[in-house]
This record gives sequence, structure tokens and C-alpha cells, in this order.
Amino acid sequence: MAALTDLGIAKLVAALSRKETSAVEVADAHLGKLDEHRALNAFITETPDRARAMAQASDTRRARGEAGLLEGVPLAIKDLFCTEGVQTTAGSHILEGFVPPYESTVTANLWRAGAVMVGKTNLDEFAMGSSNMTSYFGGVENPWKRRGDNRKLVPGGSSGGSAAVVAAYMVPGSTGTDTGGSIRQPASFCGIVGLKPTYGRCSRWGVVAFASSLDQPGPLTRSVEDAALLLQGMAGHDPKDSTSAPLPVPDFAAAARTPDVRGLRVGVPKEYRVEGTATEIVALWDKGIDMMKAAGAVIVEVSLPHTKYALPAYYIVAPAECSSNLARYDGVRFGLRVPGKDLIDMYQNTRGAGFGKEVRRRVMIGTYVLSAGYYDAYYKKAQQVRTLIARDFKQAFEKCDVLLTPTAPSAAFAAGDKMDDPVTMYLNDMFTIPASMAGLPGISVPAGLDTDGLPLGLQLIGRAFDEETMLRAAAALEQAAAFTARPPGY
Amino acid sequence: MPLDKEAVARIARLARLKVPDEELAPLAGELSGILAWIEQLNEVDTANVEPLSSVSDVTLPMRADKVTDGGIAAKILANAPGGAVYIDPSDRNAGGFFTVPKVVE
Repeated sequence: MAALTDLGIAKLVAALSRKETSAVEVADAHLGKLDEHRALNAFITETPDRARAMAQASDTRRARGEAGLLEGVPLAIKDLFCTEGVQTTAGSHILEGFVPPYESTVTANLWRAGAVMVGKTNLDEFAMGSSNMTSYFGGVENPWKRRGDNRKLVPGGSSGGSAAVVAAYMVPGSTGTDTGGSIRQPASFCGIVGLKPTYGRCSRWGVVAFASSLDQPGPLTRSVEDAALLLQGMAGHDPKDSTSAPLPVPDFAAAARTPDVRGLRVGVPKEYRVEGTATEIVALWDKGIDMMKAAGAVIVEVSLPHTKYALPAYYIVAPAECSSNLARYDGVRFGLRVPGKDLIDMYQNTRGAGFGKEVRRRVMIGTYVLSAGYYDAYYKKAQQVRTLIARDFKQAFEKCDVLLTPTAPSAAFAAGDKMDDPVTMYLNDMFTIPASMAGLPGISVPAGLDTDGLPLGLQLIGRAFDEETMLRAAAALEQAAAFTARPPGY
Repeated sequence: MPLDKEAVARIARLARLKVPDEELAPLAGELSGILAWIEQLNEVDTANVEPLSSVSDVTLPMRADKVTDGGIAAKILANAPGGAVYIDPSDRNAGGFFTVPKVVE
């Protein structure tokens, strides 16, 4: 049998159910990888003792014949999900040492399905970033490097730690959250699968809020089937999140095991052919289109006319919601407190010292666009543009069943690059943000390597609450692309 | 419209953020850059377009207005940064207080 850490979720579940191994053995094998690759700085908190205890309990359940969907599967959790009794920082100094007295719905669902937590992964502060460089706990290193170049590359972000640990075979799967591309872009940078479900598919309860109308938890894994399985374990209606969809959870894994796209209409949006995209990515996209055609899909050119406005509209909506959500960090009830001469001074000192540069920038942009006299010009305008973006997708989906696009305009870049100008960093998410603004599901599938030997992903976007069609198409793309590369040394 | 130092100081005060004086000018540059880039939205004709505040089609659900938990004061106060004060130290769930700097002289 292959090494336990190479198996992935579906094969681990199969091996465990055949009693070829135990959850304790599986946990120990993966904890060994955590030791081996600690230099990546992918975890903020490791929880080996809890992992062993959860694995033991899992073995006991299995012996009793009570195995859940993810029984005995070790997972890493983005440090944005509140975990009862385990520090949850959101990558921020202001939450350093915060130990939630409750468990997020998504993680509670995973533990109920039998999964085992090995630790909490590093991320951009409050999920605001595309490189993992804004974390108070330091950047994460991408396990991939350019051929013949030893410089450290970023894993993407904000779920950078969650992507790196899966790419480095430290865990078979992890949770992330995606507000404007925070699952899909790091998945592309790290050569793995990342899925953002339809807004409302997974509960946001207990997930540290960034932009509430956009935030959505989702899985990162090394295969489409594993992403489907993990999503199945995370999803479900939750009365504690008023935007959680009251829908049953489909058999996502069954969809992922049906890579049949014969007759499926795959839309290719012409507005995604933009200047500034690496030529190799455009070439890979064309290759992906050919692969889908060869698999029997019908390729349809579609138009999403407001694509270029999604990014600037997002940078009004997301900061506006973040400035409101982050108002709770005042040094009174939890988190950091920096004393001041009076109450206001204490708030200002706490927030000034507790938030990093990018978070402060977005809180200020958000405060400005929501302030009296500017609300209509900025915030309302952005919400109107959002209507037009959603309408574009609706019209496109009259002509096709899924959309195929690149995930990111570049491969992973070096740590420290693109840091001079915030807007340059924002452009990383140009292909992922439109679907986020419309609340649609998207998945990044690793589809090839560039000439430097770095992985590149392609994105499929589905109709709202039709992850199943998207997963079928993703499985077909995965099969055709046959991406088997591993980061050298992992 | 570019923001000047004074405008940035005003926004920082509104957002309850202490920003050192020497950071105001560079921040004014950065924020003005972001806002200038955002201005491209003015190219879009949005006359008679309804603003979209939520992508979910569902009407927000109603629930009965009743207490569903309680007796967890200790949990609520567990992370109090200034330390909590309990009404009855022998029963922390009986209730307690967060502490803040003196507000009234």
C-alpha cells in the first residue's frame, strides 16, 4: 500500500473501512509530516494531542459500527473557524490568545462526520489578502519552487496555509473560506483543488466575519472527489446563519465520480481574455477548452460584459462590510486591549496596534465609502454594479451549464512581490471575484505546469446550488488534464 | 477625489484607529490610489438598477422570540481582556461584568 499520507480522503476512508489501518495510525503518519515541514509556517496552532484523542475516539466509533462520512480523516482548519477550546486568531494580533467558548457549525459538522483536527492553519489577516503575507504570524511558504530558483514563493491567500498543507501532503484536506477567491487562488498557486460553494451552502456561523454577503467556507484537497466528500461533510442548513440555504445536501461525491460531460454546454466568457494574463495561462485555458470538447462537451462563447467592474465594485462592498464587522474588536469583550486615557483612546490604541496595515487600510476605505455624503456615490453604486454582474451570469447560464476560465492571472509569485501597490495585489483575484459577487460556486482544478515548473489552475463556475454539474465537469477536466506533479521534495 | 492628510485623520477617527502622524501622508496616497481606481465604476450606467445587498433569494426566516440558552456567563466572560468581575465568585454563571477604564468622573 502507498504511504498513508499519499492516499487522499476517499482512499483513506476506504482503507480505514477495510481495517487496513487505524485512525490513530493515520493521525500519527500525518502528524509526522507536520514535524517534517514546520518550516513552511503553514500552521498557527498545531493540535497533536487533540488529534490523537479524536483519532482514538474515531477508532472506537468504527469498532462499534458507527463510522461517519469522514471517519478518521485528519484535517487542517483555517484559523478563521472558531474551535472550542483551541486558540482562533484570524491571523491577527488583535485576536491572539482568543480561545472560543464555542465551535463553528462547519467544524462541528466535520467532527460529527468523524474527522480529526491536526491544527489551525495560517492565513492573511482576517482573510484580507492574496499572498498570506498580511498574517501577523508571518507568511507561509509555498511547497512549490521555480525550477533552478531557490526563492520562496507565496502560497496565495487568504487560505494560504490551508493550501500549502494539502500540497505538502501534511493532510489530505483542509477547510478554507472564500470571499473573493481565497480558496480558489491559493489552490491554483499550490497545484491542488479548491472549491467555493454557492453562497449559503455552508454555514458562516462561528467563522470570523470579513464580508458577510460574500464569505463562504469550502474545502481544499488534492482531488475533485475528495473536495466533493469534504464539502458533503461541511455543508448543510443551519438555523444559526440566517443566510444559510434551507436545502438538503446532495450526494456531491457521486457527482464527482461521474466525469461525464457529453452534451454539457461549457461557456467561455470572452471578457476573461484580458491583457496582463500570463501567456502560458491563456494557452492552458485554450488547452482546457480543447480537453472539454474532446470529452464531448459543447463549447459556447458567452459574454459577461461587466466583468472588469467586478473588482472595483468588490473593493467597495468588501471593505464596507469589513469596516462594519470589525467594529466589534474594541478591546472590551475579547482579544487585545491596549490601555488609553479614556474609553475612546483605549478603542483607538487597541485597534491601531491590533490590526495590521492591510486591515487598517480596508477598514478606512470601508468607513469612508459608508460615511454620510459618500454612501450613494460609492456603496450604492457598487451594489448596483453587483446587480449587473449577477444579471450577466444569469444571462450566460441561459446558454451554458458551466463556465470555464483561468483561476488566477499568474502562477505563484515570490514573497514580497506585488507589495508596493495595493491595487497590484488586488488584481490577483480578477478571475475569481465576479463569481463571488454573484454568489456562484467555483472550483479550481490543477491543469498543468508552466515553464518554471509551477502549477496553474483552471476555474469552473456553476449555477447557484448546482455544485453537482460543476463537480462532474471538474472531474472530467481533472481526468483529461491528468495532473500528477508533486512539489519536489514532498 | 484625492484624500488629504486631514481627511485621512478624520476617517481614522471615525474608524477608531490610532494612526501615527507620520503615516497619514503615505496612507492618503494609498487610499487615494485605491479610490481613483474605484472611480472607473462611474463608466457604468446604473440608472434604474436596483442595488443588490444579498445574493440569496430566500426571505430571511422568522423564529419564535424566546430565550434559547442562558446560564453561560462564565463562557461569555472567559476572554475578557481587562479581566471579568463576577457577582458570585463561587458561581461564575450567576453573572458578571466586563471591565473598562473609568467612564464617569
